[in-house]
Amino acid sequence: MRRWLLLALWPLAVSAQEVRPSREFLSPALRAQQEDPSRHPGWLWVDEGEAIWRRGERSCQSCHGDISAMRGVATRYPAVASDGALLNLEGRIERCRVENQGAAPFGYESEALLSLTAAVARQSRGMAMSVPVDGAAAAFLEEGHAFYETRQGQLNLSCGQCHDANAGRRLRGDVISHGLGTGYPAYRLEWNGMGSLHRRLRACSLGVRATQFPLGSREYLTLELYLAHRARGMPVEAPGLRR
Amino acid sequence: MRAALVLLWLATPAFAEVAPFIVTGDALEAPLVAAPASAARGEAIVKNRETANCLICHAIPDPRERFMGDVGPPLAGVGSRLTPGQIRLRLVDPTRLNAEAIMPAYHRTEGLNRVDPRYLGRPVLTAMEIEDVVAYLARLKE
Ligand code: HEC
Ligand code: HEC
Repeated sequence: MRRWLLLALWPLAVSAQEVRPSREFLSPALRAQQEDPSRHPGWLWVDEGEAIWRRGERSCQSCHGDISAMRGVATRYPAVASDGALLNLEGRIERCRVENQGAAPFGYESEALLSLTAAVARQSRGMAMSVPVDGAAAAFLEEGHAFYETRQGQLNLSCGQCHDANAGRRLRGDVISHGLGTGYPAYRLEWNGMGSLHRRLRACSLGVRATQFPLGSREYLTLELYLAHRARGMPVEAPGLRR
Repeated sequence: MRAALVLLWLATPAFAEVAPFIVTGDALEAPLVAAPASAARGEAIVKNRETANCLICHAIPDPRERFMGDVGPPLAGVGSRLTPGQIRLRLVDPTRLNAEAIMPAYHRTEGLNRVDPRYLGRPVLTAMEIEDVVAYLARLKE
């Protein structure tokens, strides 16, 4: 045991405590592309989302004004709504759609919802995550934390065993990051399109051959809250660009 | 028909797919099956990116393989460092050596959480496959 520990001087491996921004784990090429709207396909969704923001008689804009009013919002989500439900950005947008616009929900992972979420999140790009975890959020946070630490699936791995203990190391062609949600919705080359954080979480669950929970499920919402808390102080990167 | 199926299922407990074994020290000396193992089959299992997926975490001394992981130690020379019995236990269930082990248990079905229903009650590798992989790794002398 000691022998291979000495053998292996993994240059990128970092201590469990020190969480680093997701972009630092990207290849230099991908990282540069993420910062350059003209070469980042995710911006097509941002543009579309901004168009939806203004569209219709009871548009988002008619209540909130210009989309720039959404600056900072993504740093505070998921958040507990007045009725006690935990909502991520997608959930908040769907609620506005149903309750304030009187329209049918877009549906999780629909292009329209991904677009609006990306457009809203982009207004916080570069701002530090600071999700409130006191009051009603505390119990949700605890639930998400427990999920994160639990070994699961046929391969019996917890999230932390990859994203704390092995961040910086290679898992096949990937460099393992600290597993933050700050880049989502993200354009993933493997998806050939935009996808939500919950879609990415389903991929990690599948990877360890564990139950995949539905998009928007309580399991992934509370996990998202824990990831957001873990990411406190880290910049919002949405729309992210991933391989 | 349905009653017969249920009975059959009841008669086949989930752990039936895991071969019984005895751990001595940090090794599992006796082969899990009597049939002869094949190092060639073992090599194919180790390289399979869909099932065992060892190379997601480990490198083997084979220049034709690309994108190998470094979450686990390189497997070059593992046949000199460890006896076949030690290798066998590390494949069957590494948590018997170290509760914190990251390496998945490849021949275990009990005490797991939230297993995808498609894999429930089945180990990642069968007893024969474990023996094939042991035969292959034991030959990686340098
Ligand atoms: C077997 C290793 C492994 C396990 C276990 C695992 N992941 Fe991942 N995860 C990866 C890899 C590899 C990637 C892609 C590279 C990266 O971005 O970290 C990834 C990506 C992610 C991302 C996207 C990061 C980004 O910026 O694109 C998030 C979020 C994430 N994981 C969270 C989790 C959570 C939560 C769990 C537990 C439910 C989990 N992961 C379990 C290996 C794992
Ligand atoms: C998710 C990562 C992962 C996967 C997949 C994986 N291993 Fe490992 N392996 C490790 C780690 C990490 C160790 C070191 C012990 C530990 O912490 O679990 C290890 C240790 C070992 C050892 C002991 C090596 C030594 O020198 O002590 C052997 C042998 C081994 N693995 C073989 C395999 C084989 C064969 C497969 C596929 C059937 C495999 N591993 C799949 C991560 C992995």
